[in-house]
Amino acid sequence: MDQLSPDIVLSVRDLSIDFQLRTHILHAVRHVAFDLKRGSTLALVGESGSGKSVSARALLRIVDQPGRVVGGLLLLRDTTGEVDIAKLNPQSRAMRDIRGRRIALIFQEPMSSLSPVHTIGSQITEAISVHAKISAARAREKTIELLRQVEIPNPETMIDRYTFEFSGGMRQRAMIAMALSGNPEVLIADEPTTALDVTTQAEILDLIKRLQTQRGMAMLLITHDMGIVAEVADEVAVMRFGRIVEQGAVDDIFHRPAHPYTRQLLASTVKLEEARNRPQTPAQPAPILSVRGLTKVYDKSRGLFARRAAGVRAVDDASFDLFPGENLGIVGESGSGKTTLGRLILRTEEPTSGTVTYRAKDGSSTEVTALGKLAMAQFHRDVRLVFQDPFASLNPRLTVKQVIGDPLVINRIATGKELDDRVAGLMQLVGLDPLMMERFPHAFSGGQRQRIGIARALALEPRIVIADEATSALDVSIRAQILDLLLDIRSRVGLSFIFISHDISVVRYFCDRVAVMYRGRIVEIGGVEQICTSPREAYTQSLISAVPNPNPREKRMLHRQRFNAVAA
Amino acid sequence: MLDTLPLPIDVSELEPEGPVITPLKRGRRSETIKAAGPWHLMAAKFLRHRIAVAAATVIVLLYLVGLFAEFLAPSLPDTSRPQYTFAPPQTIRLFAPKPGGGTQFLPHVDGYKIEIDKVALRRTFVPDRTKIVPIGFFVPGPAYKLWGLIPMNRHLIGPVNSYQPMYLLGADRLGRDLFSRLIYATRVSMSIGLVGVAMSLILGVVLGAVSGFYGGWVDTLIQRLIEVVSAMPTIPLWLGLAAAIPLTWSPLHVYFIITLIVSLLGWTSLAREVRGRFLALRQEDFVVAAKLDGASEGRLIFRHILPSLTSHILAVVTLAVPTMIVAETSLSFLGIGLKPPVVSWGVLLQDAQNVRTVATAPWLLMWPALAVVVAVLAFNFFGDGLRDAADPYGH
Repeated sequence: MDQLSPDIVLSVRDLSIDFQLRTHILHAVRHVAFDLKRGSTLALVGESGSGKSVSARALLRIVDQPGRVVGGLLLLRDTTGEVDIAKLNPQSRAMRDIRGRRIALIFQEPMSSLSPVHTIGSQITEAISVHAKISAARAREKTIELLRQVEIPNPETMIDRYTFEFSGGMRQRAMIAMALSGNPEVLIADEPTTALDVTTQAEILDLIKRLQTQRGMAMLLITHDMGIVAEVADEVAVMRFGRIVEQGAVDDIFHRPAHPYTRQLLASTVKLEEARNRPQTPAQPAPILSVRGLTKVYDKSRGLFARRAAGVRAVDDASFDLFPGENLGIVGESGSGKTTLGRLILRTEEPTSGTVTYRAKDGSSTEVTALGKLAMAQFHRDVRLVFQDPFASLNPRLTVKQVIGDPLVINRIATGKELDDRVAGLMQLVGLDPLMMERFPHAFSGGQRQRIGIARALALEPRIVIADEATSALDVSIRAQILDLLLDIRSRVGLSFIFISHDISVVRYFCDRVAVMYRGRIVEIGGVEQICTSPREAYTQSLISAVPNPNPREKRMLHRQRFNAVAA
Repeated sequence: MLDTLPLPIDVSELEPEGPVITPLKRGRRSETIKAAGPWHLMAAKFLRHRIAVAAATVIVLLYLVGLFAEFLAPSLPDTSRPQYTFAPPQTIRLFAPKPGGGTQFLPHVDGYKIEIDKVALRRTFVPDRTKIVPIGFFVPGPAYKLWGLIPMNRHLIGPVNSYQPMYLLGADRLGRDLFSRLIYATRVSMSIGLVGVAMSLILGVVLGAVSGFYGGWVDTLIQRLIEVVSAMPTIPLWLGLAAAIPLTWSPLHVYFIITLIVSLLGWTSLAREVRGRFLALRQEDFVVAAKLDGASEGRLIFRHILPSLTSHILAVVTLAVPTMIVAETSLSFLGIGLKPPVVSWGVLLQDAQNVRTVATAPWLLMWPALAVVVAVLAFNFFGDGLRDAADPYGH
């Protein structure tokens, strides 16, 4: 029986999970097998719907209804022998003992996985006392020790704070502390950093990695980001539609991928190192859009009973030019004001001060911030917005034809047969079959919906498109397709893009110039090559160095430059 | 068994394009779902809700009863026959003894014989099996005008000789047929709910939409108005308003005014609901997108926001109908709503107000109350089903 190497803690054999739905059975996981070794990290990689999260949840027997483990062995081994988790009753005492004490889980959303009405400390203390009968004072001591281990500053005071007083990164640290409270042998991290900013992500991954090595835990890391895999994993299993298509050492997967899907996944991973061969755009003397000193202050409290409080400067004195035919990237972490900046230009939010000058086709320039309603409509025909969420941005009650054709109908550009032709042309332009124009958005996948959104933006033949995180809700392979589509369209119809993104690798792939935003200010603006290879500002440097590098031979994140926010 | 690791992978294996599924049901092809519109999806989802479908059937039946009340009722609601005061319900029998012996097929009800209770000195009716009242379908009976227009005298069911007594559900104090009265009451009670709801629907949607869409001081004003209206103690207000209705008005006028009063207070919850949805939808990306497309405010409201709301409004409205029915019933029961000669469920229950009557003639309480319960339950189940189906894109 015991032919396995002794450092294997958990082996999964032939795991299959079915979801019994109303009309069909979805085979979410099919014959999956992998081993978790002490002190080593296995990354389970795949796009959404590949069954990676469900597989991990099966290890704790917390697969949501109507999912069911229909076959396979989940052998958890220790010095005394092995238990097959798959045969345990999910509600049994034995299973509860395994959860947290032997296998622990870190969730993706640090915002929703901690209770808002308890202190951080009480939640961790509770986790400790569930597994060990110790006094309250002792449990508190242990909690402080755990918080210290996850590098939360001043653990003695932070223990009594509430969840809302913690930032996203701090919450994730607290989650990790909770996961470690039972001293588990196996740690499952389900997209632990997806909701976090790139610099915070680097810190959290760094922390997890170090804790894992110190404690000799086996880790199962679930992610869709090949960069993170390269930085953290020792072994990789690539999942697609419920099956592991390829599995092996990280170096082999990245440098000798065997399966075509793995190759495709790697090819569509946008790398920060790689510059795109872009046609040199001829120098245009006159900018199409000039933003000067744009500022937005949100009053924190307003209303009858509120006292006057200091406002938040969401965008602080932003100035830049956009030249015709240029892609300008705006990068920044969450809360840096990049989205607000886009909205200020379109005036869906009114700027507090500053000017936006738009140079129309005939050469006349208009001051956008002073436009009336009618002139604003004209401006909105020339400057269009592509949204982040492909699901929320399409009206579910309208057919695709109505969605794409709506701007044409409103602006009385086309009706009847002509409208049909225009919509068909637009659908072809974004790579959709015009025969599908009578369908409703629910019939389309996320990537296709984003194409519909792009077609709607292009319907009015705009000169500038503002893309607000237009690719961040999409899977890796779809993201690459959409980026290439946008580049292709730009070369065909002559557009300028303002591309707002948190992902600097995407910006490097897509843009000619980049503006880096930090706390409402544009800290650095310049050519994409210069920003990505030799950034001048300390913040930009830390941002660039925190981006995971999808090459296991050149790990970058762990040698990143740190940026002390207080010093800024 | 655990020695082969990692499992050999066949790269050449043909990759399936999409998740692997095993279909359980045939017929519904995913292609048809893909091409289906939102109303299609809603209908499909609603039809899966068995109780709701049953409730919908009951509601349709109730409205049909109300629509053809004159034809369905064996007699007129106001024909009183004092000789049959509190006559108990009769049972329908299909076979009757032949005069010469043996039995024959003859649908009939039993006649009554009067017994005098020597102690209480009261006449009581006892069904008498020897008296046969033959009944039949489409029999000529008391003349009426269908919908007040078409003069007719045929009734769906009734005694073959219209002067003979037929009280399927018993008779009231004046010897009126409860069955017929219940059928006429269905028309009034079920429609007073509709008229009232339609009026509060208009008020609620318009004020809620304006409040949610424009926000600012308009919103504040409407919200305060809603708070004031919902703070009104309803029953004293109804009492006051009902007292203000001139006695000389015809029952129909009174009926209309009562509807108006009920709906003037009933729109607030719908307005709040609509406002909330508007506030949420106003921020939705697709509404912002339409705004950037240059859509006017009217287009935003009517083409982009309201269609996403119709299903919710429908559900809320359906759940508001039973409230209206109950309100009418309780108002009439208290004597401040509808008054005789109008017949409604509340008016019928008014006859069962004292314990003596209930003890003598329990059917006067039982049947109208049952009708109210069935109608209210049916609307609630129907509304629940609609609400579940209302969001066809939810899980």
